[in-house]
Amino acid sequence: MNEITQIVVLTLAAGTPLVFAALGELVVEKSGVLNLGVEGMMLVGAVASFIVAARTHSPWLGVGTGALAGAALSLVFAVLALSLRANQVATGLALSLFGIGLSAFVGRPYMSVVIEGMKPVSIPGLSDLPVVGKLLFAHGPLVYASLALFVLVHLFLSRTRAGLVLRAVGESPQSAHAIGYDVIGIRYLAVLFGGACAGLGGAFLAVAYTPAWVEGMTAGRGWIALALVVFATWKPWRVMIGAYLFGSVTLAQFQAQAAGVALSSQLLAMLPYVATIVVLAIISRDAAMIRLNAPASLGKPYHPA
Amino acid sequence: MRVYLEARPSPSRLAAWMTPVVAAVATIVVGFVVFGALGKDPFAALRAFFIEPIATRYGIAELLLKATPLMLIATGLAIGYRANVWNIGAEGQLTLGAIAGGGLALAVGDAPWPSFLLLPAMFVAGAAAGMAWAAIPAWLRTRFNANEILTSLMLVYVASLLLSWLVHGPWRDPEGYNFPQSKMFDANAMLPILVPDTRLNAAFLLGLAIVALAWIFVRRHVVGFEMRVAGLAPAAANYAGISMRRNVWLGMLAGGACAGLAGVGEAAGPIGQLLPSMSPGYGFAAIIVAFVGRLHPGGIALASVLMSLLYLGGESAQVNLGLPSAVTGLFEGTLLFFLLAADVFVNYRLRAVAGAPT
Repeated sequence: MNEITQIVVLTLAAGTPLVFAALGELVVEKSGVLNLGVEGMMLVGAVASFIVAARTHSPWLGVGTGALAGAALSLVFAVLALSLRANQVATGLALSLFGIGLSAFVGRPYMSVVIEGMKPVSIPGLSDLPVVGKLLFAHGPLVYASLALFVLVHLFLSRTRAGLVLRAVGESPQSAHAIGYDVIGIRYLAVLFGGACAGLGGAFLAVAYTPAWVEGMTAGRGWIALALVVFATWKPWRVMIGAYLFGSVTLAQFQAQAAGVALSSQLLAMLPYVATIVVLAIISRDAAMIRLNAPASLGKPYHPA
Repeated sequence: MRVYLEARPSPSRLAAWMTPVVAAVATIVVGFVVFGALGKDPFAALRAFFIEPIATRYGIAELLLKATPLMLIATGLAIGYRANVWNIGAEGQLTLGAIAGGGLALAVGDAPWPSFLLLPAMFVAGAAAGMAWAAIPAWLRTRFNANEILTSLMLVYVASLLLSWLVHGPWRDPEGYNFPQSKMFDANAMLPILVPDTRLNAAFLLGLAIVALAWIFVRRHVVGFEMRVAGLAPAAANYAGISMRRNVWLGMLAGGACAGLAGVGEAAGPIGQLLPSMSPGYGFAAIIVAFVGRLHPGGIALASVLMSLLYLGGESAQVNLGLPSAVTGLFEGTLLFFLLAADVFVNYRLRAVAGAPT
């Protein structure tokens, strides 16, 4: 494998957890709901997938469980923020804190367990092609799944009637309600989808990327995913660009260390967080553009008459 | 028959003060069920969690010791939260406070600085560092419109890496057998103990003083009033000429200063040196304390004691029941969930009408 191919493969893998989590949150926010619990849902997805993968020796069962666990946690958010009309910011924060605690609690016995992670696909013939073989046909299966998710989310939001309804609910829940759509029901589905995606992102980390369970192993990726949605001005294709940019920043840190850059590992590890702050500031600077692109009812509870 | 939520004509004060109690009781009930499900005797478990830690004088002192940083931070955060300024990076501001205050203690070393000079200087340095760290999200919000939730949180990771770098590198104790920790502070940089044979120190008094100050600010000062208006009715506040920019700055800086003080309190109190981590998540737990205390200084003081009990209970459960101490985080999150759920009854009441759902 030559170096460029390797960098592409590694960057895609590093960006994939962000792709899952940010695409899910994008759909949630398009419906007008702000769920700040992404970090918690990712961690719960990660620990659930790891435990199941360790017990059943099936990474795929683990990944499925991770998605379900993320969705289950997001249901708590939905009940509080949608049915009981709690403050979305506070509820989302509670979800993250709870998810961090829950994952640390149930994951404790699995801290030093070793599992066999997911293998990259290998398609006889295609994967062995020179140059493009490894570039196109040698990623992990979940990397392909994340790309498929992007296509689906993009088509759903821009080409389907259901996607149009979802966006209408996010822009003007009153109007959507007036023409007969079940605003709360639609928002429930969006939140559950977002939870499942965050769970998938966590599962990818725990059973494919690392593979291991470490407390707090998402290391802020849930929060970076939230920033990515703003960075992407709520457009799926820009989420992809952002996720891979951050993937490459994460890698640059390891590459620099390997290349013997005379900076300590702690200072280099600050890079993704500082980059998030800088990028967020640059994008948010244009307040008018944010207002234009953000779903109009984002974060506001909806009270049916 | 159909049951639905009807908006109250005005928020219920009774419900507002009852919900934290209801939430605490519901959390204990959940704890009962969870302990039972884990195969522990629930009564013994709850005893180990909530009674045993505070059955001794030492236990009570520990309760107040751990309540101190929570009380300090939550009081500062609540000033911002009331105005819808969401500083959730207190953990990082605490870390910076510990770095600045602890750095001063290390720099002075055994030079003859008397305690009554050194300790206040450490607190000033810590508060300033916490404020500086909180000023970054405030500036990014007012100048670049960047969401302070995300920027303040990112800075938590940066702060913790900075501290980790310091104690692994330049500030590492050369005689510390290569452990990532600084030298122990000299005695003149340590907070005086309030109750003999315990760890309860003067930072507790500082916490109470800050709570009292905040109470006066919120209830008696026009700026405190204006910030509350800005949180309750942003449009009205804007029309009345209340500056959102000022609210963001004040809210963030108040939270940063208090978290910085808490960081110095930890460094110069129970820890006595700089370690890679200076807090078991007090900065995040304080968010819950602020909400459970209804963003009110008096309520926060009570809620910080409750949350401190959860920390002690977690440690006791680890020793006596063999449960991971992470059970504390679980209880904290559950408490906030119940509070948010019960809060619906502050603004709504249940109504039942006959007939099929429409």
